[in-house]
Amino acid sequence: MTGEPRWKRASGWADLRGRREGGLAFLLMRLTGIGLVAYLFLHLYTLRLLAQGPEAWDAFIAVAKSPPFLALDGILILGLLYHALNGVRVTLLGLGIGVPHQARLFWGVLALTLLLTGAAVYAIFSITG
Amino acid sequence: MPDAGDAPTLLPGFLRLDPFEVGVAPAAGTKQEEPIMPTWQLHLLRGRPGSSPRLESYRVELPAEAYLIDAVEKIWAEQDRSLLFRHACHHASCGACGVRVNGRERLMCITPLREFNPERPIRVEPLRHFPWLGDLLVDVAPMMRRMAAVGLVLVRRDELTADRPLPEGVEQGTRFEDCIECGLCLSACPVMAADDAYLGPAALAAIERMLAEPRGGDPVRLRTLADDPHGVWRCHSAMECTAVCPSHVDPASAIGRLRRHLIREKLRRWMGGNP
Repeated sequence: MTGEPRWKRASGWADLRGRREGGLAFLLMRLTGIGLVAYLFLHLYTLRLLAQGPEAWDAFIAVAKSPPFLALDGILILGLLYHALNGVRVTLLGLGIGVPHQARLFWGVLALTLLLTGAAVYAIFSITG
Repeated sequence: MPDAGDAPTLLPGFLRLDPFEVGVAPAAGTKQEEPIMPTWQLHLLRGRPGSSPRLESYRVELPAEAYLIDAVEKIWAEQDRSLLFRHACHHASCGACGVRVNGRERLMCITPLREFNPERPIRVEPLRHFPWLGDLLVDVAPMMRRMAAVGLVLVRRDELTADRPLPEGVEQGTRFEDCIECGLCLSACPVMAADDAYLGPAALAAIERMLAEPRGGDPVRLRTLADDPHGVWRCHSAMECTAVCPSHVDPASAIGRLRRHLIREKLRRWMGGNP
């Protein structure tokens, strides 16, 4: 309802009551988008270590190879894949292509995201030993 | 002319409630079956602007064949005359009785009570993204202003029947546009929550209809209206508009077609075509 505080109205897009696949896809798209922007700044912040010499960078890499950190990489890949694959879905739907199949497309995007994330996580842990 | 047996199915929900009253009296010695009359629990959002809205509980006896609008009208008539809600036609052609039922946008007049479990409360709230006037009532003027800006003619002479013979005794056909301007799509659209200036699914679908069939409208003005940061490009394809539309307008597909139309026009202009 308009007339409510701006923060409350803005949170309306996160209100999933009564929503279906399209609303859920929209919410996940926004959340992963916000997460990826936050990651971008975190990534740039860690890159500053390069300016502090090899020791600082090697120390960070040692932490980055730890299993908890690699698990975070898995979450990053999950968000990245969902955002990219759903982006293709949204592009098609936004042009009026495949609208009657939008729910099936969403579940397909979700399945593909989980499958590829699983493969990526397996590869990450295999490579790092 | 339908026979008397057909009459109840042609009447709006409120008039269909008491088939037992118009039936033939039971023969002597036979026992008339008592109609099953469940008690429905309704949680209605109550309040006025300036006060905190609250959910109030009501119980109402109605047959499962009744509709939600019947339940709300019965509460208004028998329990609380101060209840604010809007209704008119009772058969989904006026679009007045849009609310959120258990979170989902519905027209009360075509929401049968048999969909619900009498053991569980039915939560009824006003539409989202409209100025709230109190209880279940919202101000639909912002949507009407958008529709007026588009200038969609609601009723028109139908060219679709021009090549078909009209039934005997009928001189001219009239076709109604599908959109009943109920506002369910605006309430369901999550983008409306973040952008008050967004034209919204109904107006964008109306623009698409006008461009497909201008009927005296100005295509250049309509394209300018749609090709705006708060126009067709603001849609993020949440698809909820199409999911809740009670009239099969399919605004999401219309927005897609409108985007393709605008892209084609832009390409044509870039390649030296006339606007």
